[in-house]
Amino acid sequence: MNGLKTVFKKEVRENLRDRRALFNSLLLGPLLFPVLFVGLMWFLESAEQERAEKTLELPVVGAHFAPSLIRFLEQHGVVVLPEPENPEEMVSNQEVPVAIRILPEFAENWRQGKPAPIEVISDISRQEANVPKRRVKLLLLGYGQQIGSLRLQLRGVAPQLASPIMLRDIDLSTPKSRAILAIIFLPYVLMITAFTGATHLAMDTTAGEKERKSLEPLLINPVPRWQIMAGKMMTTTVFAMASLALTLVSFRLVLPLMPVGAFGMDLTLGLQTLLKILLVISPVAILAAALLTLLASFAKSYREAQSYMGLVILIPMIPSLIFMANPVKAESWMMNVPLFSQNMLIGEIIRDQSVPLAWYAMSISSTLAIGLVLAVIAASIYNSPKLIFSSG
Amino acid sequence: MIKVTDLHKSFGDIKAVNGISFEAKDGEITGLLGPNGAGKTTTLRMLYTLLPPDSGEIKIDGLDPKNDAIAIKRTLGVVPDGRGLYTRMTARENIRYFGELHGMARKDIRTRIDELVETLDMADFIERRTEGFSQGQRVKVAIARAMIHKPQTVLMDEPSNGLDVMSTRALRKYILGLKAHGHSIVLSTHIMQEVAALCDRIVIISSGKVAADGTAEELLERSGCESLEDAFVQLIGSEEGLLA
Repeated sequence: MNGLKTVFKKEVRENLRDRRALFNSLLLGPLLFPVLFVGLMWFLESAEQERAEKTLELPVVGAHFAPSLIRFLEQHGVVVLPEPENPEEMVSNQEVPVAIRILPEFAENWRQGKPAPIEVISDISRQEANVPKRRVKLLLLGYGQQIGSLRLQLRGVAPQLASPIMLRDIDLSTPKSRAILAIIFLPYVLMITAFTGATHLAMDTTAGEKERKSLEPLLINPVPRWQIMAGKMMTTTVFAMASLALTLVSFRLVLPLMPVGAFGMDLTLGLQTLLKILLVISPVAILAAALLTLLASFAKSYREAQSYMGLVILIPMIPSLIFMANPVKAESWMMNVPLFSQNMLIGEIIRDQSVPLAWYAMSISSTLAIGLVLAVIAASIYNSPKLIFSSG
Repeated sequence: MIKVTDLHKSFGDIKAVNGISFEAKDGEITGLLGPNGAGKTTTLRMLYTLLPPDSGEIKIDGLDPKNDAIAIKRTLGVVPDGRGLYTRMTARENIRYFGELHGMARKDIRTRIDELVETLDMADFIERRTEGFSQGQRVKVAIARAMIHKPQTVLMDEPSNGLDVMSTRALRKYILGLKAHGHSIVLSTHIMQEVAALCDRIVIISSGKVAADGTAEELLERSGCESLEDAFVQLIGSEEGLLA
């Protein structure tokens, strides 16, 4: 095992001197992702707020059919624009997000106490129009309700009769559990970090060594090949784990700065939470190191290895994306699926739910098992002469 | 002491080594001479256990690479075709790494490196990172890391490749020193002068076979030529791929 230790020590020392390794493993993930995500949240939040608070300019066709409605809108801060010739065109051209048309039969229906038609014109595929459209609809419905109540009262009927049900929301979420709404992306980021943190090292210690023609001299030393391979994989794992740990610390520092809107959220990641997450995600670092080392071993050069990596980075994304798009309830069997189980567990840990210990065990052991199988395959590749001489 | 009997190795349809036999004795320098692509590097790679032969037998100090790869590696010092150094480490760290892989104690490595710095004249650059080293400096580091564990048998693949005149002279002096200490040395080259200047025994390899084998005098006698160079050309059948 001395050979393994020697290789490991040398690779760590050498890669700590490599600016590319430091940048990729220890800087890029830990710095970029947290800042990117918190920055993005700020941006979304402020854009949303701006749309919600901005004066609403609303072109109205047929305003003269409903003068009191127009007054109501103006009282609520809407700037009613003069009647446009073609409101559909204005919306299509994105001059305004939303327009309304009061139809000619409005006045007649109104007088007869029948529902009076108003068209709300917008383009649902334009997300930025959603907030103004919602505001307009709420105002119109509010006006309708107000008039409805007045009509009932005039006829001597209590307006409550028209609302037979009263709904009350009782929310059992806690500030901690609501945090998952804001950081649903955290498992995803961590999963990617495990891979990005390992990528450069995996390529440099195998394909890079081959390209620099130092692999042949190395293998002439009296050390079993699997130990050389294992030493390299261990280095890659350690860098990936360091990358993960730093990313978590960085999130801990940055998350409290995140805008949380109207929900009260507790976004502090306690030390215990961090350690639990690290425990759950660490096997992924091993899996990533083994998988990437295996792939990079086939490549003749760093560049060739790089071309494989673009595809590999999709692997950790798939389960996370499925989970984000279609959140499911955590169940035992899922804990046997590497990458998926980590997504689930980290979600539960962040929500501060108690997780069965068996789940930890299943997730860790299933991921480690696959990592180990990949590592054994990688090691056996190192026993093949093809590995060394495919470059010649 | 190396004994090679009827070695064969093919890559697909190409017969790289097609029945090579020779002996390299202790205290002698054995030169494998032949044009590029003759099978010298493949032969050496089989000697230092990185390639398994298809058939034939290799004995190095009585050990067979098939069964005792690790034990053979302990007794071998190899300067292979690939001289890649770790550029983010100093020359000393490069050499120390190989010492550690041989399981040597820290103290022994230190003394041994000091000796090698002295013999190979590396004092100027031993503490420098190997990034940007000249060919001569790189070869010296490659030799030092191959010799760190005082191997009895030394294999060198085209050792003077890319060296200037001064470095070549220093290298030859070093190799002759090894011989004087009783090491068995095998080097491959396509440079005729090098064999003439260094080797006690010359194995001429052409198209994966031994074209001729013997001391310089024996080769002259057998070919009937006046000069060694003419003898080489005649024995190989062509001067293509050889350098005077």
